[in-house]
Amino acid sequence: MYQSRVIPVLLCNLEGSLVKTQKFKKPVYVGDPVNAVKIFNDKEVDELIFLDITATAQGRRPNIRYISEIATEAFMPLCYGGGLSNMEDIRAVIKAGIEKVSINSALEKDPDLISRAADVLGSSSTVASIDVKKDFWGKHRVAVRNASKNLAMPLVEFAQLMEQKGAGEIVLNCVDRDGVMEGFDLDLIRQVSHAVSIPVIACGGAGNIAHLRQAIDAGASAVAAGSMFVFQGKHRAVLISYPSQEELRSINEL
Amino acid sequence: MIAIVDYDMGNIGSVYNMLKKIGRKSEITRDPEKIRQADHIILPGVGAFDSGMEQLEKFGLVELIRQKALVDKTPILGICLGAQLMLEKSEEGEKPGLGLVKGEVVRFQLSPESKLRIPNMGWNQITKVKSSPLVDVLPEHPRYYFVHSYHFKLAQPEDQLLMSEYGYSFCSAFQQGTIAGVQFHPEKSHKFGMALLRNFTEAS
Repeated sequence: MYQSRVIPVLLCNLEGSLVKTQKFKKPVYVGDPVNAVKIFNDKEVDELIFLDITATAQGRRPNIRYISEIATEAFMPLCYGGGLSNMEDIRAVIKAGIEKVSINSALEKDPDLISRAADVLGSSSTVASIDVKKDFWGKHRVAVRNASKNLAMPLVEFAQLMEQKGAGEIVLNCVDRDGVMEGFDLDLIRQVSHAVSIPVIACGGAGNIAHLRQAIDAGASAVAAGSMFVFQGKHRAVLISYPSQEELRSINEL
Repeated sequence: MIAIVDYDMGNIGSVYNMLKKIGRKSEITRDPEKIRQADHIILPGVGAFDSGMEQLEKFGLVELIRQKALVDKTPILGICLGAQLMLEKSEEGEKPGLGLVKGEVVRFQLSPESKLRIPNMGWNQITKVKSSPLVDVLPEHPRYYFVHSYHFKLAQPEDQLLMSEYGYSFCSAFQQGTIAGVQFHPEKSHKFGMALLRNFTEAS
């Protein structure tokens, strides 16, 4: 039977430490990335998304040496994002042992980067990452520059543009739910997954297995989460976890 | 030596990493001499069918791979696009494939009502359709990571090794003697992939 993917998202900073944010702010130290990847290997996770959340803000290029250190330890599919704005860096990341590149900030000025990446890597390795935030009127908007600015183009149109440019999947990050662990924005998932035919990975808000199931039912092809897999209990103690195979099966059962 | 054929089609470092993890020495290479001397060949690859064949032609590897697989009977394992290239042709492109095994590559035809999406991206189970050292010993409930929009359609049913379901049942691995191909990515499939690669490198 086919199972929807459940994907831990790991965020790292300039120093190469793992952190976890809330609403894209307040990064908290949660550990060492290589160690985390080893634990996720043992737990046989479906896939990992690894994001350097400081690269673009600091005008840095991806840290290839560091990425390759992580990739060497990862025996599951690995997606990298952070500071990817040109083909040279994208090729270097793939060469370092990454399966998929996630392009986010660069899309504001250069949506064609998706086409150029898809031409070389194939669509299945090219991921468009879209940050979404509700505006003052409660409308979902594409947020850029670490969610400090909204794009003029409507969200659904932007998602369709990404598909048209050749993205193989969309990671849909809900900024308002990031780190909150109270459930996904299901309306957001419905809007985008119904508007495109490529897989949509929902991210932002997962706190338990039932939440994952709700996102799949709303139309997500896969679900991603950070806090749920690195924190334990209401005091948010750091403990890496991942659902069992039985729990994962329950997400898909009709 | 295990030669991992490097023809600039996707991330092949992962195959090397996993072989290293299970204690097998391999080399990522496009040097015809090294490939000629290899006792096992892995043909990985991600991307479009025609680009894959063009790259193999560009590096002068088409005849060499055919010779090694068909005449020398060197065990060869194709992965994803690498496996698709081993068949005769593909709906995705115009170019003939390596033609090591009879059959073609076709696009997924899902019913309009299907909730499934293309590409098929994710983990899936496999069912063995015949016995082979490649898959006879695997951990319990084997599952593998797939990323593809096209799948094998073999001319000879006896070459089918594994089947999987995605909207319908399709052939997810083939084997004919020392020639084998898998649609999924063993190098990204944890212990299940390690077992399969171990089986392959032990076969002679």
